[in-house]
Amino acid sequence: MASVKLDKLNKVFGHDHIIKDVDLGIGDGEFVVFVGPSGCGKSTLLRLIAGLESITDGELRIGEQVVNDLPPRERGVGMVFQSYALYPHMTVYENMAFGLKLAKTANETIEERVMATARILQLEELLHRKPKELSGGQRQRVAMGRAMAREPRILLFDEPLSNLDASLRVQMRNEIARLHQRLGATVIYVTHDQVEAMTLADKIVVLNAGQVEQVGTPQELYQRPLTKFVAGFIGSPTMNFLPAEMVAGTTEGCRVHANGIGELDLPQDPGRHGAGDALTLGVRPEHLGLAPASGDNSFEIVNVEYLGNEVYIYFEPKDGDTLLIHRSEAPSCWEIGQHAALLPSVANVHLFDSDGCALALISTRDAA
Amino acid sequence: MTSRQFRRLATRVGFWVLVAVVLIYAIFPFYYAVITSLKPSSELFTVSYWLDSLDVSNYVTIFSQGSFVRAIFNSILVSISVVAIALLLGVTASYALGRVRFRGRTTVMLVILGVSMFPQVAVLSGLFEVIRGLGLYNNPAGLILSYTIFTLPFTVWVLTTFMKQLPMELEEAAIMDGATPWVTITKVFLPLMWPAMATTGLLAFIAAWNEFLFALTFTLTDSQRTVPVAIALISGGSQHELPWGPIMAASVTVTVPLVILVMIFQRRIVSGLTAGAVKG
Amino acid sequence: MTTTTTLPRAPERARPYRGTKVRRQRVRAAWTFLAPMLITLALVAGWPLLRTFYFSLTDGTLSTLGDASFIGLENYLVYDNGAWYGLLTDPLWWRSVWNTVFFAVVSVSLEAVFGVIVALILNAEFRGRMLVRAAVLIPWAIPTIVSAKMWAWMLNDQFGIINHLLMALGLIDSPIAWTASATYSMWAVIMVDVWKTIPFVALLALAAMQMLPRDCYEAAEVDGIHPIKVFFKVTLPLITPALMVAVIFRMLDALRVFDVIYVLTSNASNTMTMSIYARQQLVEFQDVGYGSAASTLLFLIIALATVAYLYVGRKQLQLGGD
Repeated sequence: MASVKLDKLNKVFGHDHIIKDVDLGIGDGEFVVFVGPSGCGKSTLLRLIAGLESITDGELRIGEQVVNDLPPRERGVGMVFQSYALYPHMTVYENMAFGLKLAKTANETIEERVMATARILQLEELLHRKPKELSGGQRQRVAMGRAMAREPRILLFDEPLSNLDASLRVQMRNEIARLHQRLGATVIYVTHDQVEAMTLADKIVVLNAGQVEQVGTPQELYQRPLTKFVAGFIGSPTMNFLPAEMVAGTTEGCRVHANGIGELDLPQDPGRHGAGDALTLGVRPEHLGLAPASGDNSFEIVNVEYLGNEVYIYFEPKDGDTLLIHRSEAPSCWEIGQHAALLPSVANVHLFDSDGCALALISTRDAA
Repeated sequence: MTSRQFRRLATRVGFWVLVAVVLIYAIFPFYYAVITSLKPSSELFTVSYWLDSLDVSNYVTIFSQGSFVRAIFNSILVSISVVAIALLLGVTASYALGRVRFRGRTTVMLVILGVSMFPQVAVLSGLFEVIRGLGLYNNPAGLILSYTIFTLPFTVWVLTTFMKQLPMELEEAAIMDGATPWVTITKVFLPLMWPAMATTGLLAFIAAWNEFLFALTFTLTDSQRTVPVAIALISGGSQHELPWGPIMAASVTVTVPLVILVMIFQRRIVSGLTAGAVKG
Repeated sequence: MTTTTTLPRAPERARPYRGTKVRRQRVRAAWTFLAPMLITLALVAGWPLLRTFYFSLTDGTLSTLGDASFIGLENYLVYDNGAWYGLLTDPLWWRSVWNTVFFAVVSVSLEAVFGVIVALILNAEFRGRMLVRAAVLIPWAIPTIVSAKMWAWMLNDQFGIINHLLMALGLIDSPIAWTASATYSMWAVIMVDVWKTIPFVALLALAAMQMLPRDCYEAAEVDGIHPIKVFFKVTLPLITPALMVAVIFRMLDALRVFDVIYVLTSNASNTMTMSIYARQQLVEFQDVGYGSAASTLLFLIIALATVAYLYVGRKQLQLGGD
C-alpha cells in the first residue's frame, strides 16, 4: 500500500487541455473517489495515474517514487475497467494469473496468490469457467480479482459498476466497501454517480473541466460546498438556487434579498462584496420550511411526489425554469395549486458570488 | 381463379424460374466439366447432358503423369507457405496499423492500398531480376516471395479492420498486467483473431492457388510448375487436338477442394470479401 | 480539507509534448512490427517497379539484363530515318489499349447489372437460400485458368455444347468459332469473365442490401408502392456507394486482365490486352526494354484509375487514420 501525490499534473491532447494543474494528495489506505460530469477529465486523471496516458507536465509520485516515466507494471497499480475487459479465451484462474505469469512469478506463488484472492472474492467455485459463463456480478468480481492478484500498491477503479443493473450495483457497492475495510488498500475510484461517491469515499475529489473543484469528506462536500458547481453536483434532489442581491454586508453577516423569499440575515462573511452585488442563494430541499401564504413572497405548488417515506413538493420558480424542490417526511397535506411561503433555515443556506465561489461562514473563518 | 391470384402465382413461378436460371448458370459449366472428365475419350465428341457410364481413365492419365502430381504438390507448398507468411507479417503489421497511433500510419495504409492496385505485369521485369538475383528462378520459393505482392496488402488490410474492432480496454488490461506489445498480440489478440485469420488465410490461399502470370513467367520446367500453369500447358498433338478429357479431369481435381472449402466457409468468405472491399 | 481552488485560471499555456516510456515503446514496437511487411513489399513491389521504370529507358533483353544501356525514351517514341518508331506508334499497342478498355467497361457493366439482379434474388426470403448462395459462389472459387478451360471446351467450335445447343434451338445454322473469330472472341472472353466475377459483385451488393433499414420497405409496402419503383427509388440509391466501390475494384482488376485471355485466345490480336502485349514483348520476344515501356504505361493508366478510385471511394474509406 502506498500514498499518491499529484503535483501540478497536466495533460494536453493536441489542442485540448484535459487536465489543468491538478494538485492532490492521497493517503495510504484511503478510499478516494473522483467524481464529476462526463468530460470533466476524471477518467483521464485515473489513466495518468495508471500509466495508460502520458503526463504532459507535472509530477506524479507513488509512495516516495516519481513514476511519470514508469510503465504501468512497474508502478504497482491494478486497474478494474468499466467493461471488465476480461480475457475472453482464458478461465477465471488464467485471467487472474496472467499478470503474475508475465512478471515471471514462481508457479507456487501464483497459485497461492490467485487462490487467496479467489477466497476473498468468493470466486473459488468459478476458477475454471470462462468469462462468458459468468453473470455480470461475477465478472465484476473477477475483474477485481485480476487487479488484486498482483498485490498492487494502489487499486484503480474506472466506473466499475456502470454496466450493472440497479440492484446489483447496490450490492457490488457494498462488497467494494467491505473489501476496502478488510484489505485497507489505497483505492482510487472514478464515477459519475454521486451516490456511489458519497457512499464509498473517505475523500471525494470533485472535478470540473479538468480542474479540481473541491476535495473533502462526503460530509464536508455536502454541508460546505466551496463552489456552486459542487453544491449542485452533490446531493439528490439537487440544491435549489435562487438569484439574490446583497442588501448590506457587515462583519456580523450579510443581509440579502431574494425574489419571492424576501430579506434574510445570513451568517456569511460578505468579504469583498457590498450592497447591490448579485449573488446566488443555495438551499437544499430539506432545509426549506413551508407556511401558508399568498402574494409576492409565495410560490405556487406545481407537483407533489410521494415516495413512501418522504414527499417532494415542486414550486414554480420566479426566475428561470428550474423547479424549486421541497423535501419533507411523509405524509404531507400540501396540494397542487396551493401557494406557500418558502422559509430557508438560515444556518443551512449557502451563498455564492457571481463567479460561483461560496461565501465563507463567519464562524468557520474565525475558527481557521 | 381470379386475376389477382393468377398474378400472384405468376410472380411466384417467375421467381423460381429466375432462381433456377441463376443456379444453372452458376453450376452448369462446372457440372459439364465433371461429366466430360468422366467420359471415355471415344464419347468425348458427342454432346450429352448427363453421364451414361463412369469412366475414370482421364484421371488415371493425369495422375500417372508425374508432372501433374508434382504440380499439385508445388501448388500446395506455395499456397500454404504464402498464407503462413502473409498471416505472420499481416498480424504484426495490422496490430501496428490498427492499434497504435503514430505518425505516418496513414501513409503506410496508402502504400498498402497502392500496392494492392499494382498490375502484376508492371513489376514483371523488375521482379524477374530480383528473383533471378536471389537464385530463386524456376523455384517454388520464388513464387512464394512474389505472391506476397497481392496476398500481403489484402491480408494486412482486412486484419487491420478486424484488429480495430477489438476493445481498447482489453489491450489496456493487458498493459496493466505488464504485457509487451508482442505478448499482447500472441497471448491476448491472436486467440480472439482466429476467425479473422481463417477468413483472410482462406482468401489468400485461394488467390495463391489460382495465380497464373507469375507462375507462368518465373518457372521453366514441368517439375517446378503449379497447377494452373500445368493445366494451361497441357497440350496435344496440335492446337486443334487438345486432350479435353484429361484437361477437364485436371480442372476438376484442382477445383473440387476449393468448392468444398467455399461450401464450408461461405459465411466467412462473404464476411472477408466485404470487409476487404467495403471497408477497404 | 486538503485543497481548494480558485476558479478563474491563467490562460492555457502551450506545453511541450513528452510521451511516456510506454508510448514510445509502443511506437517503436509498431515500426518493428511493420518493418518485415514493409521490407517484403519494398522487395517484391517497390524496387521491381522502379527497375521496370528504369528498364523501359534501356535496350535490355531478357538475357542481358545486367548490361542494358540507357537509351532514353526511345522505347516509347523515336524519330529515325524520317519515320516515327516506338511503342506509341505501334498500332498493336493501341489496339490492345482499346481492347483492354472495351473489355473492362463492358464486362464490369454487365457484372454490375447481373450482380445486382443476383443479389436481389439472394436477398429475398426463400427456402434453400443458403444453398443457392453457396452455389453462386462456385464460379468465384474456380481458378481463372480452369474456368477459361471449361468455357473453352463448352465454346469449342466443333464439339462444344454451346454451339450444339444453339443449333438444336435453331438459333444458328452453322457452328461459330467463338474463340477464334474476330467478331466473337472478345465477347467470348467477356462472357467468361462475367461468369466468374458476378458472385463478387453480387455478394458486395447483397451485403449492402442487408444493411438497409427494414422500416423503409415496410413503409413503402404500406403505401402500396410498386416493388420495381421501390428498387429504383430506395434500394439502388442506398446501395450505390457500396456498388461503386465494387465496380471500381473490378475495373482496376479488369484493366490488368491476363489469365482468362491468355488461355482462351492466347496472343490473338483481336483480344490482346495491355498485360498480354507487355508480357509478350517481355518474355516471348525477350525485349525487356520495350516490354517494360508497355508495363510502365499500363501502370500509369492504372495509377490514374486508382486516383479516381481514391477520389470516389474517399467517403467509404477509413484509411486507418481518424
